[in-house]
Amino acid sequence: MSTITFDATARWGRSAKVGLRPEPFGALAYHFDTRRLVFLKSTKLVDLVDGLADHESADAAIEAIIEPGDDRARQAHVKALASLADAGVIEPAAPAPPIGFVG
Amino acid sequence: MTAVQPVPPLVDQLTGGLDAPICLTWELTYACNLACVHCLSSSGRRDPEELTTAEALKVVDQLAELQVFYINIGGGEPMIRKDFHDIVDHAIERHVGVKFSTNGYYIDKAAAERFAGQDLLDIQISLDGFDAATNDAVRGEGSWRKAREAMDNLAEADFGEFKISIVATRHNVDQLDDYKAMADDYGAQLRVTRLRPSGRGVDSYHDLRLTHDQQRHIFRWILDHPDVLTGDSFFHLNALGKDTGETLPGLNLCGAGRIVCLIDPIGDVYACPFVIHDEFMAGNVRDPGGFAQVWRHSGLFASMREPGAAGACASCNAYDACGGGCVAAKFFTGIPLDGPDPDCALGHADDAVANAIGSAPRPTQDHSRPVRLIAKP
Repeated sequence: MSTITFDATARWGRSAKVGLRPEPFGALAYHFDTRRLVFLKSTKLVDLVDGLADHESADAAIEAIIEPGDDRARQAHVKALASLADAGVIEPAAPAPPIGFVG
Repeated sequence: MTAVQPVPPLVDQLTGGLDAPICLTWELTYACNLACVHCLSSSGRRDPEELTTAEALKVVDQLAELQVFYINIGGGEPMIRKDFHDIVDHAIERHVGVKFSTNGYYIDKAAAERFAGQDLLDIQISLDGFDAATNDAVRGEGSWRKAREAMDNLAEADFGEFKISIVATRHNVDQLDDYKAMADDYGAQLRVTRLRPSGRGVDSYHDLRLTHDQQRHIFRWILDHPDVLTGDSFFHLNALGKDTGETLPGLNLCGAGRIVCLIDPIGDVYACPFVIHDEFMAGNVRDPGGFAQVWRHSGLFASMREPGAAGACASCNAYDACGGGCVAAKFFTGIPLDGPDPDCALGHADDAVANAIGSAPRPTQDHSRPVRLIAKP
C-alpha cells in the first residue's frame, strides 16, 4: 500500500500514528490510520524501533544493537525495517535538533 | 552469530492468549430500533442492568490502561444510548480507537459532520442486501433506505473511508460485485463477514446460510479481492484451498478468549461476540479487578487457550487449513466443540446439522421484541 522506499542511510523513527504494545514475543504495533496490525517478532526489533530516531541513520541504529561485523543480523534487521516502513510503522524522521538547543 | 532468545512461534503465542486483547467488541445496549432476523445478540429491548455512564467511562479507562488498540462498539443500536458520544469521545481522548457498527438510522447530517471531525473513529454501516428487497427481508422494512441515507450523509460530510458491512447470506452472496462497486462509488471500504447461527440467527441460519456452491464462490471472490475486509471470519473455508495451497488473508485462527472477546451491555464478558451463552461467560467488568482480572484469570479463558483437539476432524487432511472452524457456530448447531464446523466446506457436518435441528442450545440472553412477520425475497 505504502509507496515509501526504505533508505537505510536516512534517519527513521516510529510514526506518531502507531501504538506499540509490549508482548512476550516482541510487540504488537497498531497503525491508527490504516488500522493495520503488525507483529514485531523479537524484543530486539522492538528496541531497534524505539531507538531508531536517536541515530542519524537506520544503519547506525542497527549497528548499535548487533555484534560488530554480523552481516547476517544486519541484513535481517534492514529487511525487517523495510517491511515496517512499508506498513507505515516507521517513517522518515526529521534530524534531531542540535544538542544544547533550548529555543 | 547474535545470541537470540528462543521465542515460541507467533501462532502459539496468539493461541496461548495475550496479556490483553488486540481488540474487543463492546455492545453498549441491547436496545435496537430494528429486529434483524440474524441479530447475534437477540437485541430489541434495553436491559435495566446496563452499565451506567460512569461505569462505561471506567471500562474505557481500563481498556486504555491495557493498551487495547481499538474497540468495536455495537449493540443493539449503540447510537440509541444518550451517552453514546460521551463514551466514544472518552475512548478517543484516551487513545483507544473506535469502530462502531450502526444501522445508520441516527446518522443525520449533523451527526455525520460531527463524526467527520473526529480522529481514530471508524464507522461501519450494516447493509444485508444490495437492493432494498433483499436487505429489508432480513433487516426490516425501510432499513435499506435509512442505511443509504446515512452513507450519503457521511459522504457529503467528507467523513472519509467508512465501511459498508454485509453478512453474506444465501440471498446476497451473488451481489458481491454490485456491493463492491457501491463501496468504490462512495470511497468506502467493503466488509463481508460470515453468517453465524448466534442470537436470533439460531432460527434464521438454516434459511440464510450459504450453500456449498456459494461457499466456493465466496472463497474465490475473497481471494480475488484482497482489499475487502472479512473480520477474518471465513477461515473455515480454507479447507477449499488445501490442494492449491491457497489461504484467505488474515490470522486464520479462532481468536475467542485468546485475542478477542465481548463485553455485553450489562458488563458480562464472553469469549467472543458470537457466543452469548452462560457456558462462554467468563466474568463481569463490575467484578473486583475489573476487565483485566477477567481476561487474565478466568478459568474459562484459560481452558480456551489450551491447544484444541482435532476430535472428529483428526482424520481429515484439511484440518490444518481450517482448524476445525468456529466454536460458536458448532455450539449453536449442537455439534461437539471438537467436531466439524457446521459450514464445513467439505460437507462433513451436513448430517450432524440436520439431525440437531430443534435440540441445539439457545442463547441465554434474549432481548427480542415481539417479531413482525415479513416476506422473504
